[in-house]
Amino acid sequence: MSGSKPKARPLSPHLQIYRPMLSMTMSIMHRITGVGLAVGMIGLVWWLTAASISDGYFDLVQGFFYHWFGRLVLFGFTWALMHHMLGGLRHFIWDTGRGFELTTVEWLVRANLIGSVLLTILIWVIGYGVRA
Amino acid sequence: MRSELGKVRGLGSAKSGTEHFWMQRVTAIANVPLVIFLVWFIISHVGSTRAAFITSIKHPLIAVGLLLALASFLYHMRLGLQVVIEDYVHGSAKFAALLINTFFAVILFATAAYAILKMSFGL
Repeated sequence: MSGSKPKARPLSPHLQIYRPMLSMTMSIMHRITGVGLAVGMIGLVWWLTAASISDGYFDLVQGFFYHWFGRLVLFGFTWALMHHMLGGLRHFIWDTGRGFELTTVEWLVRANLIGSVLLTILIWVIGYGVRA
Repeated sequence: MRSELGKVRGLGSAKSGTEHFWMQRVTAIANVPLVIFLVWFIISHVGSTRAAFITSIKHPLIAVGLLLALASFLYHMRLGLQVVIEDYVHGSAKFAALLINTFFAVILFATAAYAILKMSFGL
C-alpha cells in the first residue's frame, strides 16, 4: 500500500441511471424550494427595511408586490413555502422511522404536492377576501 | 515522506454533524407556527399604509414574533444552504461559499432586526 497514485475507482450510479420517480422529483423540489425561499428572504427583509425608512420607500415596495409581477413572485413564494413546510413535516414522519413502505412513500409525496397547491390557493383566496 | 496515517489525519468527521441535523430539525419545528404567523402578518398588511404597518409592529407580540421568525428562518436557511454548497461546490470555492453563506444569513438578520426594533421602539 505504498502507491501514492489514486486509482480510478468505479462511481456509484447517479441520477441519470434511474427512471425519474415522483419521490425523487419531490426530494429535488424540496431543495429547489429551499433555495428559492432563501432568495425570498431578501424580499421579506426588503419589505421590513422599507417600512422602517420612509413612506415613499414603503409605498414603492408595496407597489412592487402589488404589481402583477410582484404578485407572481409572492405566489411562487407562497407555494415554495407551503411545499417546503409540508416536505419538512414528511421528513419528520420519516425521522421517526415510520412511513418507509413504498405505498406510504408514494402517498406522502402525493399529499405533499396536492397539499401545497391547496394551501397556496387557500392563502390567496383569504388574501383577496381580506382586501376586498 | 508522509506516512499513510499522516495523509488521512484531519480528514475525518468534524464532529458537528449531529448538531447540524438536530438544529435543522429544531428550527424546522419552530418554523411551522412562525410561518403561519408570517403568512397572517403579510395577508393583514396587503395594501397597508406605512402608518398602519408601524402601528402593528409597535405591538410587542408582533415585534417579538417577527424577530423569532427571522431568527429561526435564517438559521434554518444557513444550515440548508450549507448542505447545498457542500454538495456542489468543492475546493477553495467551497470555503468562500460557506463564509458568504454565513455572512448572508447574519447580515439579513441584523438588517431585519434593526428595522423591526427601530419601528417597534418608535425611533
